Amino acid sequence: MKAQKNRRLMGTILGAVIALFVLSPFILVVINTAKTSEDIVISPIALPENWGQMITNLSNVINTSNFSYWTSFGSSLFITAVSLILLTVFSCMAAWVLSRHHREKWSNAIFMIFVAAMVIPFQVVMLPILTVFKGIGAFTGIKLLQSYKGIIFAYLGFGGSMSIFILHGFIKGIPYELEEAAWIDGCSPEGTFFRVIFPLLRPVQMTVLILNGLWIWNDYLLPSIMLGLNGKIKTLPIAVSSFVGSYVKQWDLILAAAFLAMIPIVLLFLLAQKQIIQGMVDGAIK
Amino acid sequence: MNTAAKKSLSLGMLVVGAVLMVAALILDFMGTKGAMRGYLLIAGALLIIVGLLKLPNKKHTKIVNGLFLFPMVFTFGVTVMIPFILGIIYSFTDWNGVSVTQFVGLENYITMFRQLDFVYSFILTLLFTIVNIVSVNIAGFCLALLCTSKIKGKNFFRAAYFLPNLIGGIVLGYVWQFIFNKVFTTVFVGSNSMLTDANLAILAILFVNTWQYAGYIMMIYVTGLQSVPSDVLEASNVDGASPLTTLFKIKIPMIANTFTVCIFLTLVNSFKLFDLNLSITNGAPSRVLGDKIIQSTEFLALNIYKTAIGKNDYALGQTKAVVFFVILAIVSLTQVSISKKKEVEL
Repeated sequence: MKAQKNRRLMGTILGAVIALFVLSPFILVVINTAKTSEDIVISPIALPENWGQMITNLSNVINTSNFSYWTSFGSSLFITAVSLILLTVFSCMAAWVLSRHHREKWSNAIFMIFVAAMVIPFQVVMLPILTVFKGIGAFTGIKLLQSYKGIIFAYLGFGGSMSIFILHGFIKGIPYELEEAAWIDGCSPEGTFFRVIFPLLRPVQMTVLILNGLWIWNDYLLPSIMLGLNGKIKTLPIAVSSFVGSYVKQWDLILAAAFLAMIPIVLLFLLAQKQIIQGMVDGAIK
Repeated sequence: MNTAAKKSLSLGMLVVGAVLMVAALILDFMGTKGAMRGYLLIAGALLIIVGLLKLPNKKHTKIVNGLFLFPMVFTFGVTVMIPFILGIIYSFTDWNGVSVTQFVGLENYITMFRQLDFVYSFILTLLFTIVNIVSVNIAGFCLALLCTSKIKGKNFFRAAYFLPNLIGGIVLGYVWQFIFNKVFTTVFVGSNSMLTDANLAILAILFVNTWQYAGYIMMIYVTGLQSVPSDVLEASNVDGASPLTTLFKIKIPMIANTFTVCIFLTLVNSFKLFDLNLSITNGAPSRVLGDKIIQSTEFLALNIYKTAIGKNDYALGQTKAVVFFVILAIVSLTQVSISKKKEVEL
């Protein structure tokens, strides 16, 4: 009994040590954000003497023209939120139609193309997509590059495959009788979908939201191509990298920027830990 | 509203929508400037959609199906399928980002494999992927064992190990650059930064990638381990099996599927490594190989990016990207066939 207790204690200590190690970069960011650049050079691992310095550093960074935290935070939030809403609604619609006709050839073909396209890495389309978007811009006069419309459009196209794949499997498991009942009661197909099916998809919508949300929020390559590194609209990752580019080696400022960029996700994680972990694991297993 | 009024209203919408779209197209072909014509086109299309939806018709269900599929199929076609097909075609031409003057056949592919920097990136990425699969999975599995054993604070540990995965590679990369350049050189007094040595810099990226990704893989193993039925474990306990025997004879064989999932996830993730690479080293330091100077930590994705965006060599960058895709496609096909085989065995 005692040996078992000891072993448990050892395990807990081991777990705590590893946790300290895994979290140490975050701790280092926090303590060094509260130091002047001289103090960082003297010792990056010492605790800060004056926590008030943190406010000074953060406010120095927030309004620099390359970073402009609130603007880029707003852009990231806007792009992520609008893409997620549209992506969820549209991919539920498409997945519903595809899965209700999964015995028919056309539906199967479309579904297989979506699934197969999950393999396509962004690198292989990142250059031609510029041509396509420029072409659309020249033809219709709607500017898709360096604009919210364009990047949201691109996220819809890129997020679609995986979302439809996950939703498709789930919808197959919903009994068809539910829809027939609604149908008999005089509900139109679109009404059936929005009143009956859509609310039933909530658990799997969470998975889709979390997977796509984290991807879009943290993505660097797609916005760097679609918005440019020095364009008017900057997402947070782009803003951080452009900030680092112009304040090379000024670690007090760079770490303050990193701190600001991490805060939203860390807060969200503290609020919705279980759902986020569950969503990401479910997405991987399916 | 009665059916007749409904019908005439929706027909009206269809007509107005069609007129708007035609007008927009005429403007397009006349080459007028301004975004107005684009929005006219969209407004016309929207009117037609609403008209179709409201039109009382026997084919209503089919119309709804089409309309429901349209947004995803359209965005997917424009942003994925068309560029993908164009991209494959471009890889056989002398495309410069604006125009194509001639087909060059396989020339880009031959040039590519003759360039030392590409071959180096290619081999580096393959080796890195293999080592990274091993390190991430061992770390992830050990953490999973720890987090499913009877210790206190399990939930906190899981969350803590998982956290790095939620933050973007770009931001984390800069933080780690700071740690390698400033913190480690202070802690180990007199040492040079790992990032200035070609081999150690690769090790540094491997280390950070494992740190970031192991928590995610851990959670998948945790899910797998929890699915092992407890009566089996109890039975083995009663029979006097040691914890190690239980691990190797029961747990690991029972979650073989989880191993496949995790190994392929890590494989694809390491092969696509880009963000961390860009922000930790950006390819530096350089290394002399033969009589050429190359970037020692430039992985495949970064090499593609730099060829296209940095050196403006669009055709070559595109060709490299196609090869990148082909490898990923082969990997995925292998995964699918392995899991199918497993399903048959079960």
